[in-house]
Amino acid sequence: MSMVQESGCRPIQPNNARIEEHPCYSEGASHRYARMHLPVAPACNMQCRYCNRKFDCSNESRPGVVSGVLNPDQAVKRAWEARQRLPHLRVIGFAGPGDPLANRERVFATCKPLRSSFPDWHLCLSTNGLCLPESVNAILDHGIQHVTITLNALDPEVGAAIYSWIFWNKKRRRGVEAAHILLEQQLAGLSALIARGVLVKINSVLIPGVNDRQIPEINRLVSEAGVFSHNIMPLISAPEHGTYYGVMGIPGPNEAQLQQVRSQCGGAAKLMTHCRQCRADAVGLLEQDRQAELNRSPVEDSRVIPIHRPTRRDPVANPPSPVVLAVASQSGERVDTHFGHAAFFRIYRVTGAQIEHLGERFVPRYCQGDDQCEDKDHTLKAVLNLLNDCQGVICARIGFVPWQELLERGIEPVNSHADRPVLEALSHTARLLQDKHAIPTPKVAAAGMKGRG
Amino acid sequence: MALIITAECIACWACEPICPNAAIRVKNEVFRIDKKSCTRCEGYGDLPQCVEICPVEGAIIDDEGTAMNPPGSLTGIPPREPLPA
Repeated sequence: MSMVQESGCRPIQPNNARIEEHPCYSEGASHRYARMHLPVAPACNMQCRYCNRKFDCSNESRPGVVSGVLNPDQAVKRAWEARQRLPHLRVIGFAGPGDPLANRERVFATCKPLRSSFPDWHLCLSTNGLCLPESVNAILDHGIQHVTITLNALDPEVGAAIYSWIFWNKKRRRGVEAAHILLEQQLAGLSALIARGVLVKINSVLIPGVNDRQIPEINRLVSEAGVFSHNIMPLISAPEHGTYYGVMGIPGPNEAQLQQVRSQCGGAAKLMTHCRQCRADAVGLLEQDRQAELNRSPVEDSRVIPIHRPTRRDPVANPPSPVVLAVASQSGERVDTHFGHAAFFRIYRVTGAQIEHLGERFVPRYCQGDDQCEDKDHTLKAVLNLLNDCQGVICARIGFVPWQELLERGIEPVNSHADRPVLEALSHTARLLQDKHAIPTPKVAAAGMKGRG
Repeated sequence: MALIITAECIACWACEPICPNAAIRVKNEVFRIDKKSCTRCEGYGDLPQCVEICPVEGAIIDDEGTAMNPPGSLTGIPPREPLPA
């Protein structure tokens, strides 16, 4: 394992605008100067177990969370707008929602115009470090003088418990191998940045029972390497975040656990204790995030890319007996969606009067307009395969070809409930199909079938 | 036999730049794999590159509807109980 090489680092001058105007590098600055995170980096090259890429919530403040991704032009416009309203804005940061260095073109394309328009602003980025060594020259060329590296483990065995996988050299790699590669990249990048005079901050996420004992070692190592500050952050973990630690019930540290670990860190790197674990689109002072207000301001001719997708999904295995029905309904209230426009189908099991919602099943969009027609057959086949265990598909409308294909597979297409309530359509269709497949059964009266059980 | 992107896709763009066949098309932020261009990276890597980098289980399927990254395979979170038969 390579340790940080001798960097010949210069001592950082304390009276330096780079520090005094950056809220993350100076607590004093955090009360005076605002920062803005520009969410231009959607892609990531690894999966940390405290992160869930599907999550988005405008009320949530934690790293990696954003409401939408901007392209570089939109980001520059947003920075101009923020400047009008926040005269004390000094720092532009790139912090996600993915890894900035997995999106180098987007990040650097945003830096260029900002640097020429606002030479007194500080540009900074935060990275997992996987692509750091090969990015050091470009980071300096684009005027980025502050880099934060998230370093959670020095022991690859511990790293293997924190990272699910990394994408490296054309492959997804896991376990100790992945953690080892990551660590080498982080340490090589760290040395190179310090040797070139960049202010480096290290973030470590304290995960009780996983890396408590690693953090003092990290503190020692990075202090010797010439890192400016070390930010030990508590793991944020709640089941509704959908992260591995959240879902598996591994809680974050309490205040005493956090203080205990911090007290074991006495290296030269300054301990940062005023971190607010901001979102990747945070704006304003650290203690007063104004992203919800400022990010809502219209960016001219922009289309903010929504990253939120519904996360609920049940694995669907074998066809359960009574009647399983798929419903194309965006709202969930009414049958409001065309078969070909459905991004997902709601799957229900109807047993007599009892209606059970089994979950949503996501499908490729089959009908996407003229230029996509060459792929229609191919995509339709995949959609049909995903609905194979259903006895019927209820939708607002459906084209002739999918109608025929469904019938051939023994799946009943039903479009007679367009704009009717989903529950009513389900009861009605289930009854219809039961009657159809049943060996002589007394006809059920047309009325009298009611809502959900 | 091209792969297919489902609506589980979160539009994170990770796959688009690494596809060796430039088969990933984006229109209005909907990601799609061009059937004619996709070779499933035959001769390029063990697995298709999009499958190797995609962070979302179930977002890429084959034309049988089988998830290339099935539930639990990327997050380590055990999948929910299968539905009772």
